[in-house]
Amino acid sequence: MLALFYIFLAVAVALGIWQVNRLTSYGKVILRNDKNEEVTAISKLEENPLATEKDNDLHGKLFLVFLIGFYILMAYCLFFLNDLMLPESASIEGENDDNLFLISFVMIGIVQFATQGLLFYFAYKYRGINNRKALFYADSHKLELIWTTVPAIALTLLIGYGLYTWNDVMDLSDAEDPIVIEVYAQQFNWQARYAGADNTLGRGNVRNIKGINTMGVDMTDANSADDIPVRELHLPKGRKVVFKFRSQDVLHSAYMPHFRAQMNCVPGMVTEFGFTPKFTTEEMRVQEETVRKVARVNKVRKEKGEDPYEFDYLLLCNKICGASHYNMQMKIVVEEEADFYSWLKQQKTIAEVVK
Amino acid sequence: MSEHHHKETFVTKYIFSQDHKMISKQFLITGIIMGVIGVLMSMLFRLQIAWPEHSFSIVEAFLGHHQTDGVMDPDMYLALVTIHGTIMVFFVLTAGLSGTFSNLLIPLQIGARDMASGFMNMISYWMFFISSVIMVISLFVEAGPASAGWTIYPPLSALPQAIPGSGMGMTLWLVSMAIFVASSLIGSLNYIVTILNLRTKGMKMTRLPLTMWAFFITAIIGVVSFPVLLSAALLLIFDRSFGTSFYLSDIFISGEVLHYQGGSPVLFEHLFWFLGHPEVYIVLLPALGITSEVIATNSRKPIFGYRAMIGSIMAIAFLSTIVWGHHMFISGMNPFLGSVFTFTTLLIAIPSAVKAFNYITTLWKGNLQMNPAMLFSIGLVSTFITGGLTGIVLGDSALDINVHDTYFVVAHFHLVMGVSAIYGMYAGVYHWFPKMYGKMMDKTLGYWHFWITAIAAYGVFFPMHFIGLAGLPRRYYTNTAFPLFDDLSDVNVVITIFALIGGIGQIIFLVNFFMSIYKGKTAVQNPWRSTTLEWTTPVEGIHGNWPGKIPSVERWAYDYSKPGHDEDFVMQDVPLKDGEEES
Repeated sequence: MLALFYIFLAVAVALGIWQVNRLTSYGKVILRNDKNEEVTAISKLEENPLATEKDNDLHGKLFLVFLIGFYILMAYCLFFLNDLMLPESASIEGENDDNLFLISFVMIGIVQFATQGLLFYFAYKYRGINNRKALFYADSHKLELIWTTVPAIALTLLIGYGLYTWNDVMDLSDAEDPIVIEVYAQQFNWQARYAGADNTLGRGNVRNIKGINTMGVDMTDANSADDIPVRELHLPKGRKVVFKFRSQDVLHSAYMPHFRAQMNCVPGMVTEFGFTPKFTTEEMRVQEETVRKVARVNKVRKEKGEDPYEFDYLLLCNKICGASHYNMQMKIVVEEEADFYSWLKQQKTIAEVVK
Repeated sequence: MSEHHHKETFVTKYIFSQDHKMISKQFLITGIIMGVIGVLMSMLFRLQIAWPEHSFSIVEAFLGHHQTDGVMDPDMYLALVTIHGTIMVFFVLTAGLSGTFSNLLIPLQIGARDMASGFMNMISYWMFFISSVIMVISLFVEAGPASAGWTIYPPLSALPQAIPGSGMGMTLWLVSMAIFVASSLIGSLNYIVTILNLRTKGMKMTRLPLTMWAFFITAIIGVVSFPVLLSAALLLIFDRSFGTSFYLSDIFISGEVLHYQGGSPVLFEHLFWFLGHPEVYIVLLPALGITSEVIATNSRKPIFGYRAMIGSIMAIAFLSTIVWGHHMFISGMNPFLGSVFTFTTLLIAIPSAVKAFNYITTLWKGNLQMNPAMLFSIGLVSTFITGGLTGIVLGDSALDINVHDTYFVVAHFHLVMGVSAIYGMYAGVYHWFPKMYGKMMDKTLGYWHFWITAIAAYGVFFPMHFIGLAGLPRRYYTNTAFPLFDDLSDVNVVITIFALIGGIGQIIFLVNFFMSIYKGKTAVQNPWRSTTLEWTTPVEGIHGNWPGKIPSVERWAYDYSKPGHDEDFVMQDVPLKDGEEES
């Protein structure tokens, strides 16, 4: 790859020198007028400074070539890079999101294909010829009406479906008996706290941070004692999970790409987001898309001599937060409900941890 | 005016000049210098993204104590992306683009001797110059320049404990931007007043070339939104230096609780994006205005749907002030606001689509003259469409959840406002260079410049959408901490190679630009056979613009290939023939 770049660079430099040489050759020239007297002039001007017919022809055709190249690039990205994209949503709420994305993508794909085609084809087709006059065509209310209303209708559909999905995802009021988890961000770590038996989180504030109480849980709050602090997130399949996000220092963003979930963690306030996991980690690992992905990743890792990779859900930080922003992660495990509860039972409550 | 031959010294002619043409050149050259810095930075951090552990001597040479053995530090990486964004958005594409072409073209195209206030115009440039100098100085402070992202969200930007760049570097950033805002406001007011009051006889608003409309509306957006950035910056300065809590609350950092109580970073986000989003259009509209002019001239056809174009500029300008919340869908603000902002945001697609279709129709059955300015304009329409379409995904709050702050966003905004606006700026330079320097730029170099840039731009930003859709967050110093992203490293290498090609390719432009000033062929008065008033002024560009009377305007700006005329263009100061109807 790098070699290709150096070759290109060498060609570019050579071309540059050649062209610059040409440029410096302009200058004063001595011409003779009708009376055979010497006159000085700047080197001769072309008859048509706009662009010669030859230029028009060349660059019109190049635009056509460019269009074909661009179509090839688009096709390559759609068919080959498509596999890089995230696998099917691992949350039930994310399904609508995926559908909406597909609809939007097909729509913009068609428009992109058509408009780029027209643009560059016209650039090729109507490349200038001397003595041809362009069509004087300044206005057409009919055409303008068409391309105002057609996008308007398409967008109305997208807005409608988009708002339905958005309300569905963001409205947490109707969740029955959700699992409540606090996700707590700090430079450059994630921590979490389960609401425990009463399913209510105890109050938290940075002013309570002391020793092992790293999340600043208010131990005087009756709801706090049964809360369970953890360093790894476990979620039950098929149950709605409601996350409450806090940050102790700067803005962070809790990004869980496989669940189509993201929310900023803002110092001084609690933000929330919720979803229902659809596949356990094990189920996800055997999915065809994931298997292909893991194989690709491991091919790269093998070349670099690194340990093989196994798929896991992740929580990443997605809001610039400082030097180690690039490495702020927490593993998420989705499991069957029974496994989840047996895991949760093994964890110590905060009352046991903070004596 | 030209009769007054008051003596001009070197200082009044070239430095403290009040002549709009000289000020525009000052803006352009300063913009180019800042552009070189901004592009160099992007090439440095692209090296880091593609080959994170590789040692580069160029990194060692440029970054001093912010690198170890040719590998840059994470803080410096963040500083580079921050300053790259700041410089490109504000210094190159706002001041460099608007400052250059508004100053050059407004008096020339409306038929005025100069700007309404030459003195304010001069002040506007010099404040821009000072803010540029401060920004460049901030690169050299001990702890490094501002590094909280170009959006400088607090608390990261407010607390030096959080990131070293939030010390002196951030202070200088804020001071520089405050001065920049003042410069921009003074300039914008001047543009508005000049266009409203100094039009020549017959130059009705409905006869203004579309460039003038674009600059006029841009100036209005600037006046409405830039002061909000200034206030946001001032409040941040208060929080940083005087202990107030506008944006800060409940913070525990470096082992201690800070005293801040009751503020919210979300407030800053609102204030910032109230400028930040209109800023996109402050960058883009002038580029579209320039394109309108260049495409019409070189298609030898009237721009299609002149009135619809004005209408869509106005619609975009209006909508741009009520969509800022789409940058904040997941900021923690009320989800209902998300719905509202989704609605207003997607509405913007309609006037944008009208503009794109109108450009394409202008090409239809034209007689296209493929000079470099025209190539860049066609390129602009292409990137504007590609980048604009992905905006439909990002503007939809439900979809934004998952692509927010990923490389998908980076690809989107670079195409739609970065590359497009740069293309517009290049188109403008190639087209109006004869008006600035009385010389022609070299065409062949211009062609090379365009094709290398066009291929590199799509090579960089098209594949980038897909690594974004793979979930790769932006502003990561390295992606190696996540095995999940290991299979994207090849794509990142390809992107970096195209970025280097594109960056180095701009040298062609620099060479062409500076050589042509001295060695270019002398221009004729109206080289592109255009209709607008600037081409009725003498080639050498005199103080006061026209030696005699200012020509009066008799028709609109787009009489190209009009039936009943021998030439394929009729200039705006040519009276209508008997029985001829104005379009």
